[in-house]
Amino acid sequence: MSQRNPFRRTGLTPQEPDGSAFSLRSFDMTLSPIHSRRIRPASSRLARAALACALLSGCDYITLDPKGPIAANETLLFYNALAIMTAIGAPVIAAVFVVAYWFRKGGRGTFYLPDWHYSGKIELVVWSVPALTVFFLGALAVVGSNRLDPRVAIAAEAKPLDVQVVALDWKWLFLYPEAGVASINELALPIDTPIHFRLTSATVMNSFFIPNLGSQIYAMGAMETRLNLLAHEPGDYLGLSAQLSGAHFTDMRFTARAMSADDFAAWIAQARRNPDKLDRDAYGALLKPAPESPRVFGAVESKLFDAIVARTAPTPENAAACAPAPRRATQDASAGKGT
Amino acid sequence: MTATVPLDDSDQLAGTGFEVHSDEGAAPREEVVGFGFWVFLLSDIVIFASFFAAYAVLRNSTAGGADSRALFSLGNVALETLCLLLSSYACALAHVALARRAAAAFLIGLAATFALGALFLTLEIREFADFLARGATPQSSAFLSAFFALVGLHGAHISAGLIWLAGLAALFVLQGSGARYGSRFFCFALYWHALDLVWIGIFTVVYLMGVLP
Amino acid sequence: MFGRLTLAAIPTGEPIALGAALAVLAVVLATLAWLTWRGAWPYLWREWITSVDHKRIGIMYCALGLVMLLRGFSDALMMRTHLALTVGGGSGYLPPDHYNQIFSAHGVIMIFFVAMPFVVGLMNFVTPLQLGGRDVAFPVLNSVSFWLTAAGALLVNLSLGIGNFERAGWLPYPPLSETTYSPDVGVDYWAWSLQIAGVGTLMSGVNLLATILKTRARGMRYTRMPMFCWTALAANLLIVAAFPILTATIAMLTLDRMAGFHFFTNDAGGNPMMFVNLVWAWGHPEVYILILPCFGIFSEVVPTFSRKPLFGYRSMVAATMAICVLSFMVWLHHFFTMGAGANINAVFGVLSMIIAVPTGVKVFNWLFTMYGGKVEFSVPMLWSLAFMSTFVIGGMTGVLLAIPPVDFVVHNSQFLVAHFHNVIIGGVLFGVFAGVNYWFPKAFGFMLDERLGKAAFWCWVVGFYLAFMPLYALGLMGMTRRLNVAYMPQWGPWTLVAAVGALVIFAGILLMLAQLYVSIRRRAALRAGDDPWDARTLEWAASSPPPAWNFDRLPVVACLDELWARKTGARKETPLWLDDKPFHMPRNSAIGVALAAAATFFGFAMVWRIDWLAIAAALAALTAVIGFAARRNLEVAVAPNEKAPA
Repeated sequence: MSQRNPFRRTGLTPQEPDGSAFSLRSFDMTLSPIHSRRIRPASSRLARAALACALLSGCDYITLDPKGPIAANETLLFYNALAIMTAIGAPVIAAVFVVAYWFRKGGRGTFYLPDWHYSGKIELVVWSVPALTVFFLGALAVVGSNRLDPRVAIAAEAKPLDVQVVALDWKWLFLYPEAGVASINELALPIDTPIHFRLTSATVMNSFFIPNLGSQIYAMGAMETRLNLLAHEPGDYLGLSAQLSGAHFTDMRFTARAMSADDFAAWIAQARRNPDKLDRDAYGALLKPAPESPRVFGAVESKLFDAIVARTAPTPENAAACAPAPRRATQDASAGKGT
Repeated sequence: MTATVPLDDSDQLAGTGFEVHSDEGAAPREEVVGFGFWVFLLSDIVIFASFFAAYAVLRNSTAGGADSRALFSLGNVALETLCLLLSSYACALAHVALARRAAAAFLIGLAATFALGALFLTLEIREFADFLARGATPQSSAFLSAFFALVGLHGAHISAGLIWLAGLAALFVLQGSGARYGSRFFCFALYWHALDLVWIGIFTVVYLMGVLP
Repeated sequence: MFGRLTLAAIPTGEPIALGAALAVLAVVLATLAWLTWRGAWPYLWREWITSVDHKRIGIMYCALGLVMLLRGFSDALMMRTHLALTVGGGSGYLPPDHYNQIFSAHGVIMIFFVAMPFVVGLMNFVTPLQLGGRDVAFPVLNSVSFWLTAAGALLVNLSLGIGNFERAGWLPYPPLSETTYSPDVGVDYWAWSLQIAGVGTLMSGVNLLATILKTRARGMRYTRMPMFCWTALAANLLIVAAFPILTATIAMLTLDRMAGFHFFTNDAGGNPMMFVNLVWAWGHPEVYILILPCFGIFSEVVPTFSRKPLFGYRSMVAATMAICVLSFMVWLHHFFTMGAGANINAVFGVLSMIIAVPTGVKVFNWLFTMYGGKVEFSVPMLWSLAFMSTFVIGGMTGVLLAIPPVDFVVHNSQFLVAHFHNVIIGGVLFGVFAGVNYWFPKAFGFMLDERLGKAAFWCWVVGFYLAFMPLYALGLMGMTRRLNVAYMPQWGPWTLVAAVGALVIFAGILLMLAQLYVSIRRRAALRAGDDPWDARTLEWAASSPPPAWNFDRLPVVACLDELWARKTGARKETPLWLDDKPFHMPRNSAIGVALAAAATFFGFAMVWRIDWLAIAAALAALTAVIGFAARRNLEVAVAPNEKAPA
């Protein structure tokens, strides 16, 4: 993966920490890793305040209210790009009205150029202005994509925590493989700890998204995606699915609870005391398409996540096949005769 | 203050441009029809391209069932290819016969085109029936879904072509070769040759690459 | 006997759906009864239904677009009012199943049966006139194309009262659209209506491509082609290259659903993301199929009402063709969040942004077209000005979305909804409205009422900003698209504002209908000459409305803006016409409406799995085609200056 990274030759790999902030203000485009330490440059705060004044209270804009480094970088990138686009777009919009009014029919004091239709100099300008803008934004996109690749681990002192995420109809299942516990619609996270998510779907496509923490990613059946996030501040954050998944899609939301390491340990201990075990039967019951309230399982069958990805665990397709459907019958018939 | 130019006089504009057609106005009817049909064929080839792409993505998704090496036999495919190429050749001969107004030769050419095409279709149906009998159904894996869809789509085109061919033959017998018959047969010939082209793709991507290591 | 179709298919348990279906049925029956009472059928059959005149067909496309706009907008109004009622803890009035159907139908109808018919209709009407031709390359095929599009629209509307429409979004992603998760007929209605309409669109693309490349007037070189024809060329190239991908993709999904194939299923090795890739390989060019002809409309309207030639014609052509090519290279930006590698995302992000360059050039060139002109604020020009400003905002947010890490936080949010409405309403719809107001006098020989046109314009523009700017804010507040409850308290105010905006747009639509009605009533007073706008291109050299053969004598073209040069006498050469010899025009044909009827029955039969009906419909279509092929008297000779075909 990193061998194909064009920035490797310059030594600026995503793995090489130099701690510089990612800001267009200084034209600093180095590929520093996403650090666990807080990034809130002045430009971000200013732009945020400006936007917040123009609209409503800032805290309501959870997508632009970062509680972790990924979201902070993405917010910054959003503002930088918005600033560049506005610098070009706003004058153009103004010019449309100014020129139209200036040269209005019957307006006095203007000139009329009935045959003027070409100017090499102007052509040069009108091609180069958008080209330069795109050049800058393109650089932001390339650097940003590499720095904020959801698959790249976040550098931090704390040991990363693995969390497995399964999208179901219509609830989220979170598995904590090290602790051996699981929860539904409630995601407990220790702060300042990189969280390494592996995601899949038991049913249809969903998109896992905690706006305050940044980067969403699809959860898809028979496939596994990866995502790295980190929370700085304790708090309860909205988590949701951003991809339509059926009738009760709106109910497909969860609470991401960022808490201190001690609180997290306590949460795990509390969860372990729960008598419910998430084995195949319990998991099969979860496939019933319905929303569900938050709950926890004190124990989880080992390798359940891998079985869900490999579709050896129960699936809605299997369940449908229990009814006499021709497609399953032919599939069984061919299974023994292959190769 | 206007003047008119005679329809068939192009001297008036001589030396003013290099684009012959645009300076001459609309192209002749036959050319427009041929061009339009050619564009349609290109779009049809895009449909095939989509199925080729799907096949390329899914060819290894056998879901534990039969794979290409277990199923395909190149002998049958070679025979199919031969039929199709000969059919195309016969079609070209018929085209020549039509241009020379040799009605009997034209009809013989049509018959040969039809027979060889029908033989191809029979061989293909036999192959499909054989796969189905061995349990390799399109429902058993994504690979077989993509295979049956791609090759079946070509087969469906051949079937449609045979119906078209029969219709053209009937028109010729009933009405003779009218003003528009030539450009109609030209379109059919384009279609029939294009299907050969697609078959070469299927032969290579599906069968050869499926059997060779 | 009737496959899956039983009496249970009528939504008696859903009062809202049933009411809507009955209301539509009542309107349709009332219209048919009125037409019968007025004895209009022979006229309609002779002059419109079987017409192969590109202008009549273009007008019928636009009429279809207008009718379907009412349907699609009703859906929008229902969504907006439902969401507004959920503010503050309410549950609205639409159950989730119905709500999901409504936003799916809204998207499908607005793209396929409003935007496409309007754009294709305008291309149909204008292109042959601007090129100085007598008709499109294949007039009968043109009629088939239109009627197949209408058949697709009919099928979508049948789902209102018989069964249901799909609930998985306007592009129903599998596996949600597979039988396991969507077992009912909804997705089948989607698949068959789009398949039928898609074939119509493809044929229309082939037709217009051949028209533009092969049937131009004498002397009409590429470098003399009006800008609208260039954009039509680009759009039809895209149709011919992209619509087959949609046809193939829908066919695969249909095989999955009807025959148990595994293209896109979760199990047996299917790959749902392949659907997403394929459908956007069509979907992104589709966006440009819609917007490019609208760029062409603005490129006609702005010079006409600025009394100046288009600035930077060659630049505009280059930009158009650049967009045409680039549009095929950006499809992955619709799903950056799939988890592809950083470099893949970066490449597609940068390519997407590069499209902003030629688009930006166009905006600048329209600006410089106005510079030094005498800008007249007529209705088409007002729409153009509103477009230029609105579209820049849409373009800016589009570039934001093209930056993958930014997309990671706004993907599928209301921000995205705001963006694409910003470009599709602010670009395509504003363009279509500009075009309709601009070419209406050419089509009917009288002007559209200007006061009502301006009133409609202001309602639309104000309503648009009220309805969609709040969605940018909502997206940044974490509100995803397709939610049926605005469950966060802070989403409330903006959701209400958006609902108000929808109502203002509604007023705009009513004013448009009023404009049409009043203009028809006052048509004697609003009578227009051949060239009411003092325009620049050849369509204004024909009479208003033009005869079926467009020009009694075909023009010979010697420069860009040929008509303007003739009017101003700027050019030294004498204007040339081809002399008047008799020529042939195609006869009317019922093949289009016959094939469309067969296609409707076939699609309906496939949706409900009524085998005998499907076979019967297919045989009927085949018979119609054979009958048409065997027909002899295809053309009628016309002698110029003789005002009716012999």
